Amino acid sequence: MTVDLTQFHGAFFEESFEALDAMEAALLKLDIGAPDPELINTIFRVAHSIKGGSATFGFSEIASFTHSLETLLDELRSGAMPVSEDVSEVLLKSVDVMRAMLRAVQAKQPIDAQRVSDLQFDLEVIIARKNQAPPTAAVPQPPAASAAPRWQVRFRPYRELLARGNDPLRMLRELSELGETRVQIDAQNLPPLTDIEPQDCHLAWTLELPGEVGEEAIRQVFDWAEGDCDLEVTRLPEGASDLAVEVPPSPSSPAEAPVALEPPPAPLASQEPPSAAPAPEASAAASRPENTVKADPSMSAHADSGSIRVSVDKIDELMNTVGELVITQAMLSQLGGQFEGPQAEQLRAGLAQLERNMRELQESVMRVRMLPISFVFSRFPRMVRDLAHRLGKQIELKLTGEQTELDKTVLEKIGDPLVHLVRNCIDHGIEPPETRIASGKPPAGTVHLDAAHRGGNIAVEVSDDGGGLDKARILSKARARGLVGANDTLSDAEIYELIFLPGFSTAEKTTDVSGRGVGMDVVRRNVKSLGGAIEVSSESGRGSRFTITLPLTLAIVDGQSVAVGTETYIVPLISIVESMQLKNGSVSRLSGQGEVFSFRGDYLPVIRLHQVFGVEPRTRALHEGLVVVAEGDGRRVGLFVDDLLGQQQVVIKSLETNYGHIEGISGATILGDGSVALILDVPGLIRVASMRRAA
Amino acid sequence: MSANVPGDQQRGGESRQVLTFVLGEETYGVDILRVQEIRGWSAVTKIPHAPPHVLGVLNLRGSIVPIVDLRMRFALERAEYTAITVIIVMSVVTSAGRRDFGVVVDGVSDVVDVNAAEVKPAPELGARGATDYLLGLVSIAERMVVLLDIDRLIGRDLSAIAGGEDGDAMAADAA
Repeated sequence: MTVDLTQFHGAFFEESFEALDAMEAALLKLDIGAPDPELINTIFRVAHSIKGGSATFGFSEIASFTHSLETLLDELRSGAMPVSEDVSEVLLKSVDVMRAMLRAVQAKQPIDAQRVSDLQFDLEVIIARKNQAPPTAAVPQPPAASAAPRWQVRFRPYRELLARGNDPLRMLRELSELGETRVQIDAQNLPPLTDIEPQDCHLAWTLELPGEVGEEAIRQVFDWAEGDCDLEVTRLPEGASDLAVEVPPSPSSPAEAPVALEPPPAPLASQEPPSAAPAPEASAAASRPENTVKADPSMSAHADSGSIRVSVDKIDELMNTVGELVITQAMLSQLGGQFEGPQAEQLRAGLAQLERNMRELQESVMRVRMLPISFVFSRFPRMVRDLAHRLGKQIELKLTGEQTELDKTVLEKIGDPLVHLVRNCIDHGIEPPETRIASGKPPAGTVHLDAAHRGGNIAVEVSDDGGGLDKARILSKARARGLVGANDTLSDAEIYELIFLPGFSTAEKTTDVSGRGVGMDVVRRNVKSLGGAIEVSSESGRGSRFTITLPLTLAIVDGQSVAVGTETYIVPLISIVESMQLKNGSVSRLSGQGEVFSFRGDYLPVIRLHQVFGVEPRTRALHEGLVVVAEGDGRRVGLFVDDLLGQQQVVIKSLETNYGHIEGISGATILGDGSVALILDVPGLIRVASMRRAA
Repeated sequence: MSANVPGDQQRGGESRQVLTFVLGEETYGVDILRVQEIRGWSAVTKIPHAPPHVLGVLNLRGSIVPIVDLRMRFALERAEYTAITVIIVMSVVTSAGRRDFGVVVDGVSDVVDVNAAEVKPAPELGARGATDYLLGLVSIAERMVVLLDIDRLIGRDLSAIAGGEDGDAMAADAA
């Protein structure tokens, strides 16, 4: 009986993708002219192991390609051939090609043989000491699925879509998560293979989605590509469909491959902390500063760090079970306190021990979900290098705090906003070398990404030493648009705040990198949806700094329990400013505006929780209860409650799994006695209350 | 009174097992395969802005499950919730996927085999609301049992809540 090799495919793909990430990182660090032999060895090892693996599994195209690659690398390793800019370029393209091949094989789709053989030809040419020619390429095939169509989406990316860090594959996959998606690809703009630029996107798609998907949801998928594509979302009449082709459902999508902790399709997911690879456009050998070190020891350490792959589902299940245990333990502790007698003391000691162990267990399980932010940072060296190249700027990328850990869910969603910020820094922030020299700065600009824990939060900073935000221009633009009155004077902070308004861009000309006025509002919305905040500071001529503050995890929140009548609600501590008791008579009534009270010189509206939620309170007199001053979306309000109960960390449970979204409520949690308490969403609550007031 | 009766897989045999329960004077039946568990009454947590027959939510081994009072859903006279009040936890299929929920009933009676041929269509009862959630009527041991289509009865309520609110949330996010 033969061994079924397919069971090992998943692991092979995972490892190969990781290895390719390592190879890419190593390539970016490779000094032209004087390469570090250890780096070349690393690259060689990757090619070698992929070659071996793919030969074993019968992926002959990959094996053949990696063989040519290995030959070239062998030349480099032995020093028979110098590492030139051309060689480095071809090697980077090889990484892309291998990735595409692996992905195609993984999705059981045909390999783009033309692209492979062209690059293979280039490799052979280089080996033969000739010259290089640009390889041709096609864009990865999108995943496809079938369903009853109702929405029609026409998605025509501009050629620069890929170069700007957008990945149509990811968007299509996101769409297919919304509902069964039917896809038709339009390849008619595909130029002859000889003319194809691998960085350009020539394809367009027509998609159909079920009618119950919200239009807003569909459009949100394309948020990042707005301005880089033509997008039409139209509703089809019942039964109408332009798409006749039924394509098999999603297993073709790489994300649905069996192993769940998959590396996202964007080039990241390397365990190794990617050190900064500066991407100067011409003077590669000249400016490789100290930040290119550090990573190498961990690269070899990573190979035998004794890790295993576990699917996220299993971890979530584990978290759920532990959550249950914590509740049961709390119940037992409560019960144990009521016992009397000689053995009661022993029982209580045992219960206290149990509580400590439970807490440790819960923390360990939470930590399993945490991943270092290097998973996201690792995509930047390549991106910065390519962008700087195209814009004719010299940029050094500095990465610090890559080992800072945060929840996988947060990690997955912070990538796009960061890409956008970095792109902005490079395009708008850093000046061209001549300008920099004229103003007495080094010709190469620095973009710095930093991550660090701050209290219960994580702060990610993107800063540059460019020109800073141009206050005068932002202001005049805002005035021209009527966003600010002609005579209003604004503080610096208020001016910077303007860039987060939708459709706001000050770039003098629309470059192909940024400046179409998309973005900062989307960045802010994405960050907010994670429960975070974004701030900006800037100094003219010295640079600007964007700080994103994020919660460590989306699964747990520090909360203050409050009582209203018989109900218990949780107010997230992060939104609480202060809790206070109002004196009798300190509340004024505004006509039509409800009640207000004075707090640190401001008048804040009172939101009576019992009114908003329709429960019977213990007291309706404001001075008999308590007021929790809370802040959301920059507005402060006083939440009127009966009493404060205590502070605790609570595990957030979704109400939407079995019920639906409730405005003003972000989720639910299970209390020590097994009962359910709702968690307040303060910004949502403020919206509900102001709507009620208006009504 | 166990929910662990194996479901009748022989759909072709035109017979299926139905869990019957009592509401006031009437007996109702639901497909046993939809029943997750049966549990006693415990106090629920109210949820704001919910339709009146959605009493609130309960913790069911770590997941949050809405509880529906069938008496209120059918506009029957309300009953007191006591220690013998029973919650049947069922799953419904909605456009948004599978959802679990509990219904409060007066008591659970039995698991019975129902032959499809014996099911009589429900009569038109005038304009008192849509009655398309009635699968039909069947007579078991001299009693009339009303067979319910819970996807229609409850699933529609739940997806209306989810659908309507989701759209709002997104619009609010964008603002």
